[in-house]
Amino acid sequence: MIHFTGFTLDWYRELFHDTRLLIIVLNTLIIALLSSIIATIIGVFGALGIYTLRKRQTKNAFLSLNNVLIVSPDVIIGASFLILFTMLGLKLGFYSVLLSHIAFSIPIVVLLVLPKLSEMKPSLIDAARDLGANNWNVLAKVVFPYITPGIFAGFFMALTYSLDDFAVTFFVTGNGFSTLSVEIYSLARRGISLNINALSTVLFVVTIVLVGIYYLITRRTNMKGVGVRK
Amino acid sequence: MQTKHYQKLYMVPYFLWIIVFVVAPLLLVLYYSFFDVEGHFTFTNYQKFFTPVYLKMTFSSFWYAFLITLIALIIAYPVAYLLTKTKHKQLWLLLIIVPSWVNLLLKAYAFIGIFGQYGLANGLLGLVGIAPKQILFTDFSFVFVAVYIFIPFMILPIFNALNELNDTYIDAAKDLGASKWTTFRRVIFPLTIGGVKSGCQIVFIPALSLFMLTRLIAGSRVITLGTAIEQHFLVTQDWGMGSTIAVFLIIAMFIIMAFTADRKRGA
Repeated sequence: MIHFTGFTLDWYRELFHDTRLLIIVLNTLIIALLSSIIATIIGVFGALGIYTLRKRQTKNAFLSLNNVLIVSPDVIIGASFLILFTMLGLKLGFYSVLLSHIAFSIPIVVLLVLPKLSEMKPSLIDAARDLGANNWNVLAKVVFPYITPGIFAGFFMALTYSLDDFAVTFFVTGNGFSTLSVEIYSLARRGISLNINALSTVLFVVTIVLVGIYYLITRRTNMKGVGVRK
Repeated sequence: MQTKHYQKLYMVPYFLWIIVFVVAPLLLVLYYSFFDVEGHFTFTNYQKFFTPVYLKMTFSSFWYAFLITLIALIIAYPVAYLLTKTKHKQLWLLLIIVPSWVNLLLKAYAFIGIFGQYGLANGLLGLVGIAPKQILFTDFSFVFVAVYIFIPFMILPIFNALNELNDTYIDAAKDLGASKWTTFRRVIFPLTIGGVKSGCQIVFIPALSLFMLTRLIAGSRVITLGTAIEQHFLVTQDWGMGSTIAVFLIIAMFIIMAFTADRKRGA
């Protein structure tokens, strides 16, 4: 471990044979995907709701409430959710982690979708209504296609937030359930071990791929946006 | 009227979210701060907070957060400035942001390796002829790693502010005979103060509440407000005292946000 003697793939082999770790990786992915999908759905409708509010004051009040979880330190979110779940009598584990990930992802989705909504010209909706579209048609054929880039950006942000989160999960995870961040923390407290290095490399590559996808999506939509404005 | 109510129906989950996960948790923290370990209603937690032990901890937490923010600012401002002058701005910016996408735990873990007894840092010191030193588990390593982690969040708002700066102002200042330093002090810095403020806000509040780094990198030598909350909640199970510290952390957060708020709208 201290003296470098040669290259080996042993640590990767060990990594992929560690079923406990693989289950944790799977848990992390499931939590991330589920929480970001649910958060995106709730967040998009929340953003639509805020967008349709008439009064400026109510709008601002909603926005401030929305931003509370974004500016609060992770420790506060984690501790307060721990109290909440205990009060509700929810057993700590998969569901408490899933619920808290949904909870802290919603405001991000709202913040990324809202600008797209306010960018949209109201005349588009008026035109759709003049042409006889009902509420659902307006939503499905005009609004959603317009804000799709915002929705995707929100979804990806929620995904990375969930994959990255350590502090909140650490508070609400209980005994039997663990995500990758929490697992790395407990391994790292014991010091350096080379299969974490192998795991880090894998995670790093996955992150870079995700960033690449996100970058491509935003770049493509930016170009589309320019096209629309012309 | 009925269709209107029906229209608002889709907002119900979002409403519920605000009530259950935004309002309720904050109220619960406040509620719990009035209870001691046995579950009796009491103000002793607040009395305890104002004893020297907790005040000292609060003060040191603020001091470290201040140091981290200051060092990050001193490094980030010139970097952001140089970035606006480079050819492939967006690419460089992306490269600076990439580390912030890597899991925080992995970054902390990497530094355990780098700063360890047989790590890269001591190896380099050895080449220069300095005997291996204890780097890990010191407050130096804590500040270093924290600055490393927070720096992208400081660079980004400052970069945006500098990028929006109209070059004609600088030309005007030069035409009026201002030196480079005067231009910076009287024109560039005041015009980008918004970016600096939001950068400080993004760094200072999380720096107050770091708790994982204090254990992994500082070896519990540094105790921040975040560490104290985590200890009270998960180790000693004294939720009342933990909530009390959390209440003070929330208050500190609001004060900092008021200080660093953009006053442009008011003026």
